Amino acid sequence: MNLVPDVDYRTRLPGGQHWSLRLRRGASLTLIAEEPGCNVGLLLYSAEQPLERLNLPDTLKCQHTFHLGRGHCLYSDMGRVLASIVEDDCGGHDAVGGNLGPGHFEAKGWRRIRYQQGRNERTQSGHESVLIELAKYGLGLADLSANLNLFSKLAVDEQGRLRYLPDHCAAGDRVTLRFELDVLVMLHTCPHPLDPSPDYPHRGVKIELGTLPPPDRTDVCLSHCAENARGFDNNRLYLLGQ
Amino acid sequence: MNAPSPAQDTAPMPPLARHLIEAGDHFIGRLQQGQRLRIVDLEGNQAADTLFYNACDVAERYSAVDTVREQGSLYLTTGSVLRSTLNRPMLRIVDDSCGRHDTLGGACSSESNTVRYALDRRHMHSCRDNWMLAIAHHPEYGLTKRDIGHNINFFMNVPVTPEGGLDFAEGISGPGKYVELVSEMDVVVLISNCPQLNNPCSGFDPTPIELLIWRH
Ligand SMILES: [Zn+2]
Repeated sequence: MNLVPDVDYRTRLPGGQHWSLRLRRGASLTLIAEEPGCNVGLLLYSAEQPLERLNLPDTLKCQHTFHLGRGHCLYSDMGRVLASIVEDDCGGHDAVGGNLGPGHFEAKGWRRIRYQQGRNERTQSGHESVLIELAKYGLGLADLSANLNLFSKLAVDEQGRLRYLPDHCAAGDRVTLRFELDVLVMLHTCPHPLDPSPDYPHRGVKIELGTLPPPDRTDVCLSHCAENARGFDNNRLYLLGQ
Repeated sequence: MNAPSPAQDTAPMPPLARHLIEAGDHFIGRLQQGQRLRIVDLEGNQAADTLFYNACDVAERYSAVDTVREQGSLYLTTGSVLRSTLNRPMLRIVDDSCGRHDTLGGACSSESNTVRYALDRRHMHSCRDNWMLAIAHHPEYGLTKRDIGHNINFFMNVPVTPEGGLDFAEGISGPGKYVELVSEMDVVVLISNCPQLNNPCSGFDPTPIELLIWRH
């Protein structure tokens, strides 16, 4: 099975920026870290009915994992697969760290650079980035759910204590998502809220958009576990008549 | 099943209110800033799937990710500050005879049951169906499905292994164990007393919980 997408479009998201796009079923999105320590905050909503959205608790427990990586599906709250992680150099993606908020700057000792001073090197928060993108679709704070932090990893010890791993992602690491339904994708490149850098890091990603064939029974995500096969069965039911 | 016995009230003051919630039932109500809420696991190994909202603006609500990140730990217990989607303190856990509560595993739903167990489990009663009925019966709180977020499972044990596995383990709660919270703002409390029959968290026998509320 060829999981190398047909790339139609290339672009770049500099560090500390945000973006959204509606992507159709069968589309692929590849993110390529430009520097070590990149972070991409990701949220997904059904393009048809945004009340259906990425649900990380369901995603983790359906696949009995705390970390997400190649072979894992990203589930909606309605038991369907919104996207699959079909290729992934990095693994361990964080599902519990949430977004950098405006309140973190002072606590971390990070300078807040406003547009007047920094122009497009201003220091945006992931929280505000998501609110900006949500508002473009008539969505708001009530639609803010837990985001995935791609390229960032948190380790957990026996007591449940969390530890951010600063050297987890290397420059050039790639993650490819395949969209299994029509989805609104929201991305930001603001730093992980537990990033210990002495000042706000601007770390960008390259983006490749393309297409991939639909999964068959040997697909790395569909065949990952019996749960994922049932998730794709739920998608099939949703798509009946299309 | 025997009639549930009320919780032993060990506090000096009689509570303002007490509510018995049978398995598979729900509770929705307000808690004023400074009020104290005790949730009692009457018979043990039950899960109380709970959401909190800022009563002045329900778009601001409990956020599991803000809570675990700011405390640097996955599990909730005495001292945990429950934080909102604006990363503000909503409630504090001030007492806990259980020792650990989950906020990672989310709530069961008929849809996720089809994925987790089997496609024909869709009809089985679930926490999210319970919340849907609560918000449909109580439009006065202004809640809709878009407000249903990532919750707390009081009394539930979902350990993460250092290798990153996720397990739904046998409960660590027991009969009469409780958790007590003080509200840092006026909040709406929405609880589903979990009817889950598919996993061993309740020993396949969901049981009642009780709420006690004090002024301070
Ligand atoms: Zn439940």
